[in-house]
Amino acid sequence: MTIQPSSHSGLSSTRHATAVKMIGVHKWYGDFHALKDINLEVSRGERIVICGPSGSGKSTLIRCINRLEEHQRGRIFVDGVEVTPDTKNIDEVRREVGMVFQQFNLFPHLTVLENCTLAPIWVRHMPKKAADDLAKRYLERVRIPEQAHKYPGQLSGGQQQRVAIARALCMNPKIMLFDEPTSALDPEMVKEVLDAMVELARDGMTMVVVSHEMGFAREVASRMVFMDEGQIVELNEPEPFFAHPRHERTKLFLRQILR
Amino acid sequence: MSDIATTVFVRPKLLQPLPPPDRLRKRWHIMGNWKDFLLTVLSLYLIWILVWPAFKFLFIDAVWTGSSRSDCLAETVGLPVGACWPFITAKFSQFVYGFYPESERWRADLTFVLGAVLLLPLLIPRAPYKITNAVLFFGVFPVVGYFLLVGGAFGLPYVETRSWGGLLVTLVVAVTGIAASLPLGILLALARRSELPVLRIGAVIFIEFWRGVPLVAVLFFATFILPLFLPPAWEIDGMLRVLVGVSVFAAAYMAEVIRGGLQAVPRAQYEGAMALGLGYWRSTGLVVLPQALRVSIPGIVNIFIGLFKDTTLVLTVAIFDLLGQLRAAFADPNWSSPSTLFTGFAFAGAIYFLFCFGMSRYSLFLEQRLRQDRDR
Repeated sequence: MTIQPSSHSGLSSTRHATAVKMIGVHKWYGDFHALKDINLEVSRGERIVICGPSGSGKSTLIRCINRLEEHQRGRIFVDGVEVTPDTKNIDEVRREVGMVFQQFNLFPHLTVLENCTLAPIWVRHMPKKAADDLAKRYLERVRIPEQAHKYPGQLSGGQQQRVAIARALCMNPKIMLFDEPTSALDPEMVKEVLDAMVELARDGMTMVVVSHEMGFAREVASRMVFMDEGQIVELNEPEPFFAHPRHERTKLFLRQILR
Repeated sequence: MSDIATTVFVRPKLLQPLPPPDRLRKRWHIMGNWKDFLLTVLSLYLIWILVWPAFKFLFIDAVWTGSSRSDCLAETVGLPVGACWPFITAKFSQFVYGFYPESERWRADLTFVLGAVLLLPLLIPRAPYKITNAVLFFGVFPVVGYFLLVGGAFGLPYVETRSWGGLLVTLVVAVTGIAASLPLGILLALARRSELPVLRIGAVIFIEFWRGVPLVAVLFFATFILPLFLPPAWEIDGMLRVLVGVSVFAAAYMAEVIRGGLQAVPRAQYEGAMALGLGYWRSTGLVVLPQALRVSIPGIVNIFIGLFKDTTLVLTVAIFDLLGQLRAAFADPNWSSPSTLFTGFAFAGAIYFLFCFGMSRYSLFLEQRLRQDRDR
């Protein structure tokens, strides 16, 4: 089984070779210029890993893709649909873009299974039985089928994050966004989450990942993005990016974290 | 302890868990030491001086049968007299129905039964058909109840609300207020958090106005002052005015309690739901509100209980609820005896306590049940 978007999602008839396109995107928080002239194109099936010091705008960048943050200038296209303030359009985009958060953001009042089936049932209008089956399949993929009837609070951090991945996959997204998915985890649990992500990458999912897991980046990234002070400082394929970083800031950053 | 003496240490075998020492498990200390002993004696003394006289008055010295005041007088009985229960028996139907016409009282009874039959399964979490049940209770029951109590259709004679009274009025006002204030409060709370200035400011004005005026003033104004300004054709039924007044008043308080609950739900929850494409209403209804309401349960029930007791204020606008009927009954010379007053208030107090304590216990049960979900 593959995780690639299946044909029943609404927009798949118009398949674009470009999954995400950001043109001259700027964002301000009040007076603070958080994103400066971001130009980035993510092709279908590509895995982009974004790294950079804290406060450099990595999270803001990927949160602009599904408009959890608003950009004030420039244009963003997701699978050919422009991200604008128009609500209907935003929900259309969000349905096709799965997101995994640093703090999991699971719904504590619902069981693991209900977390996974909520959106398929209420957004895709899937019958409950079909949604349950779908959720169980994805929970099996992330190797926690036996936890389906527990509540998120009863699971470990690593298990919760894998549920969050399964929950996003249940919508059959075309693109997956990961916002520091392993930063809130105990060291012993990082691997199980990364394994699930590697598997996803192998199945050809388009992924934009904010992460400092450089081992993971080397293994799966098609391209690396290094950000600082709200801008893209360096963008390259992983091999040359790690071996011969060109910008001074990148060199410094990699020295700091690869010690 | 050889473990500590060594600088290099490898545990040969992991320790197994042991039961905790007794000291941690003991829950009751009645006679453990002199402090416990003193507290126990003090408590027993308080029970003796407070509970025993009440018990004696209500049960042991009470008069249980009789037909007039003379049965409750110490001179005729020849013993010290406690509660005068025949007074309650004689006036019971007045306490329950007020001046609702005797031949039509089956309609009130039917409404009580219908309400209870629909409410009970709604309160039992394991009972099936919750959605049908809720639709019946919140949608169908008010309409049926209205026609049953007011009449004037389906061959039922019209009973004007002015003749309603007693527990019937108390329950009609309380149940309407409770059922209307919760959804209204939720909408107000959401409006107050809205990003649209019109909604937000509207909600703020509404909430602050109704919280800022006393309920008695609202009832009084609606009943006596408003008709002076409005043309006679616009005459609104007095009971309806009270119902609207009480509901709107309670909704303003409810809105603030629920807003507190909404603030307790992390923004991340909303983002998680939005990222799945659920949109505002489904994110709010399926993810944020269930969590917000759960945190708000103590505050919500607080308002319900306050509302239930505030229904007695309808007395100020000449509507005779349970307490009003009680006071009217005190005026009956046929039952004036030294203990009538205490008996009457003990009875009314017991009824109010029963309802309020019931709500309080149920909310604790609900909290306990909902908490299980999150226990790790």
